[in-house]
Parts: sequence; C-alpha cells; structure tokens
Amino acid sequence: MARAATTRQKTITSVIAWTVAIIIFFPILWILVLSFKSEGDAISTPLQVLTSAWTFESYAVVQDRSDYFKHFSNSVIIAVGSTLLGILVAVPAAWSMAFVPSKRTRGILMWMLSTKMLPAVGVLYPIYLLFIELGILDSRLGLVIVLMLINLPIIVWMLYTYFREIPVEILEAARMDGAGMRAELLYVLTPMAVPGIASTILLNVILAWNEAFWTLNLTAAKAAPLTAFIASYSSPEGLFFAKLSAASVMAIAPILVMGWFSQKQLVRGLTFGAVK
Amino acid sequence: MATQHSKSIARVMMAPAVILLLGWMLVPLVMTLFFSFKKYLPLRGGDLGWVGFDNYVRFVSSSAFWPAVATTLIIVGGVLVITVLLGIALALLLDQPIWGQGVVRILVIAPFFVMPTVSGLVWKNMFMDPVNGFFAHLWRFFGAEPIQWLSQASLPSVVMIVSWQWLPFATLILLTAIQSLDTEQLEAAEMDGARPVGRFWFIILPHLARAITVVILIQTIFLLSIFAEIFVTTAGAFGTKTLTYLIFQRVLESQNVGLGSAGGVYAIILANIVAVFLLRIVGKNLDA
Repeated sequence: MARAATTRQKTITSVIAWTVAIIIFFPILWILVLSFKSEGDAISTPLQVLTSAWTFESYAVVQDRSDYFKHFSNSVIIAVGSTLLGILVAVPAAWSMAFVPSKRTRGILMWMLSTKMLPAVGVLYPIYLLFIELGILDSRLGLVIVLMLINLPIIVWMLYTYFREIPVEILEAARMDGAGMRAELLYVLTPMAVPGIASTILLNVILAWNEAFWTLNLTAAKAAPLTAFIASYSSPEGLFFAKLSAASVMAIAPILVMGWFSQKQLVRGLTFGAVK
Repeated sequence: MATQHSKSIARVMMAPAVILLLGWMLVPLVMTLFFSFKKYLPLRGGDLGWVGFDNYVRFVSSSAFWPAVATTLIIVGGVLVITVLLGIALALLLDQPIWGQGVVRILVIAPFFVMPTVSGLVWKNMFMDPVNGFFAHLWRFFGAEPIQWLSQASLPSVVMIVSWQWLPFATLILLTAIQSLDTEQLEAAEMDGARPVGRFWFIILPHLARAITVVILIQTIFLLSIFAEIFVTTAGAFGTKTLTYLIFQRVLESQNVGLGSAGGVYAIILANIVAVFLLRIVGKNLDA
C-alpha cells in the first residue's frame, strides 16, 4: 500500500521533472534540429521543420565559408594552453599553501580570490594598450596569457581545496619508511593529487573556452576563437538559421560533453569551496 | 615539520603565482587610475593633459549614466530573483526520487556550458526573431501578433536569456546544499507532524541560507560584468546599456579613454563592495 503510493508519487514527480528539464534544454535541442535542415526549411513553422528532409549541408557550408576549423583550433589552443600554463604556476603555490601553511596563507588566498572579482571592463583600455605595445593584439599568445591570469585564482583555489584533503599522516608514514623528498613527491603525493589536478583542468578548460569578454575585445580575424567567430553572426548572417545552428552546435558540443563530466567540480570550483 | 628550510622553499614555490597576480592587478589598475585623471582621446589629439576629477564628474552627470545604472540593477536584480526562486524549486524537485535522475540533471545544467555568444544569438534569432523565430510561430499559431522581443521588450528579453544561462548554476549549487542536509532531522520533523510546507520553511530554507547567499554574491559579481549577451543581441540599444557596456562604448567605440577609465574605477569600487561580503563568507568557511 505504502509502496504503491510512493510509486505513483515517483511517477508524478518524474513527469514534472522531465517536462521542466526538456523545456530548459529545448533551445539546445532545437538548434540541433535546425542544423540538419536546409535554410528554407529552417525558417518555416516548427511543424514543417520537423517533417522536412534532413541534411548535412549546413555543416559543410560553415566550414567552407568561414574556415570553422581555424577558429576551433584557436579555441583549443587558447583554452588548453591557458589552463596548462595556469596549472604549471598554480600547482607549486597551492602545494606549498596546503602543506606548509603559514600565518599569511589565508590572507594570500583571500587576496588571490579578490583579484578574480576585478571587473574586466575596468581594466579594458590598459590591457588593450599593453597588447598593442607588445604586439600581441589579435594573437593566440596574448589570449593564453590573459585567460591564464583571469583563471589563475580559481585554479589555485581548486587545487588548494583538493590538496588539503590529502592526509599529512601519509607523508609522515612515508618518511618513517625512509622516503626522501623526491620519492615522497613521486610515489606518494603525485598519485593522490592527480584526480584533483585533472578536475581542475577540466573546469578551467570549460571556463576558458566560453570566456567572452577578452576574446571578443582582443581578437580580430586571426586569433578569434569560437566565441568571437559566433559573434560575427550577429550581423545579417544571423538570418541564416541553419548555418548559425550548425556553427553553434559545433562550438558548444565538445564543451557540453566535458561539462557533463564536471558537475561536481563546477560547484567546488565556482564557489571556492564555500559549498561542498 | 615546517622547518625554516621548508618554509623558504614554500615561499619560492608561491612566488610565481603571487607575482603574476600582483602584476595583473596592479599594472592595469594603476594605468586606469592614471588615465581617469586625464583628458585622453587617442584618435582626436591624444593626451590633452590632466583634468583632475573632471572625468569622474562628467561620467556621473552624463545623460547615459542613470539609465545605465537602472538597466544594470534591473538585469542583475531580475536575473537574481528568477534564478534563485526557480533554482530552489528545481533543486527541491531534483532532490526527489525520479526516473532517469542522471539524465534530467544533465539536461537541466546544460545551458551553463553554452558560450554566451551562442546563447545570445540563438535566443535572438531562432527564438525571438519577430518573423521566423520559434516564439513568432507559436504566437501566430494561437492567433496572436508576434512580439518584437528585443526592441519592444528588450530588458525582459535580456533578463530571460541571462537567466536561462545562470539557472543551472543556482540549481546545481542549491541541490548540492540540499543533499548535504541531514535526513534524520527531516524525518524527525515528519514524525513530529511537520507538514511539507513547515519542513521547507523551518528546516530546508534555513539550511540553504548560506548557499543562497553564495549564489547571490557570485552571480552578482558575474552579472555586473555581463557583456557578450548584450553585444550580440542589442549592442546596447533599446535601453539595454548596462554600466559595463557604457564603459566599453566610451573606451573602445568612442575612444574617450579618460572618461571610460573614470567609469571603470566606479565599476571596480562597485564590484569590491559585493566582493567584501563574498570574501567574508568564503573566509569563514576556510577556518572550518
């Protein structure tokens, strides 16, 4: 009796939850559908869209006309490059703060976080000017540097929260067994730190991939990643629904997949450990 | 264990990150401050000398300032109200036993991973286009006149687009918080005869208070500087010019660097006020 009631209840909540989820997901689903239609069919009524023929032509056109893969590889280089560079700088810092904390550790962490809150637009012109002076405006190198810097606080914080969970007792045990500094790092700590570092990389690649202030303002034709490439469709080209859909699908698909794997890290990374 | 030796190694290991962030913070900040006290028009005469607080006064007294403040408040406030309220509702819903919970969760959080330029353009064209958009078809199907979303209802449209992007974030964080709630407490309350509404008000909501605060503060910081969503939809027209967008236009479009920099300093001060509260909460958690 009680079980029957809960099954019914579960069915009702499931129907509600699925309806809500599909409504929220609908815009993504809809561009997926439109991307496989011809331009003419894509602007017809939704019912006609669903019943019309399916085609891959938009995907081919996007590549031919606007060199999609150039922008895609720009995005990959910028997102992955800035993340790895950030990891390289952040691992030693987070490491030392987690394992050799001092009176100042807390203050340094809080200060790092506060730099993340500096509004980008407040320093837009200085950065723009410095980029011109250094000759790195519209270059991938420039964006790798800027995105590394804006995400560095998040990287340090995430790594710090992961490293802090590694029990110090393990280190002491290894030392008792006569492990030197090098053996300790290589065989004891690294294997325990790898999952945390991997999650940090994942979340920061996503954040860098989607960053759309600096990528829009500091690039033109040459180094434009997908964010800026898609923005070029805000002109009358946006009227080509099928092509815009195909370009959008290609821009978000890789990161959507990565994002689904990073749900847990997302909470930790974006709340700086304030919600776990 | 922390000998003098290991302490100095720790300092060396920390140095690159600290130096980089210090440079990233100080150099542009000092330059912005520097420009804000100058009349500086790169395309029309360049550096025209010191003007004291002139730019600060002119930025606030320009006719575009107060509308931009109002727009910013409406967008930030609107998105916060929508995402927090719907986020709580969704988190409660997703916390229930449902079939295919994993898939439902994936569908709900998906919008967060869509890059801002894509979501701006997809909404603008495929949904809000007054002729061929999905909504236009829907409205006509029911015999109604399609709405010119981004010109006639520009602010609500932008609020809707941005809310769609941030709802997953609020939901995910609130869901994480709900799941950390002690179920025994809820069961005890149920045994004592507390109704669902009572349990929500007196147990779940107080438990969520901190997570809600964190959502509000983090979103405020990000929402104050939304840019791409406006850039690709209205480009600041039809009353959607936020403070961030106004500063962007002053600096890069009209190349009035002095005036834009003064605006930038205001933006930095504003963000810092919010940041102080957020940092206090994060800091408290660090001690625990």
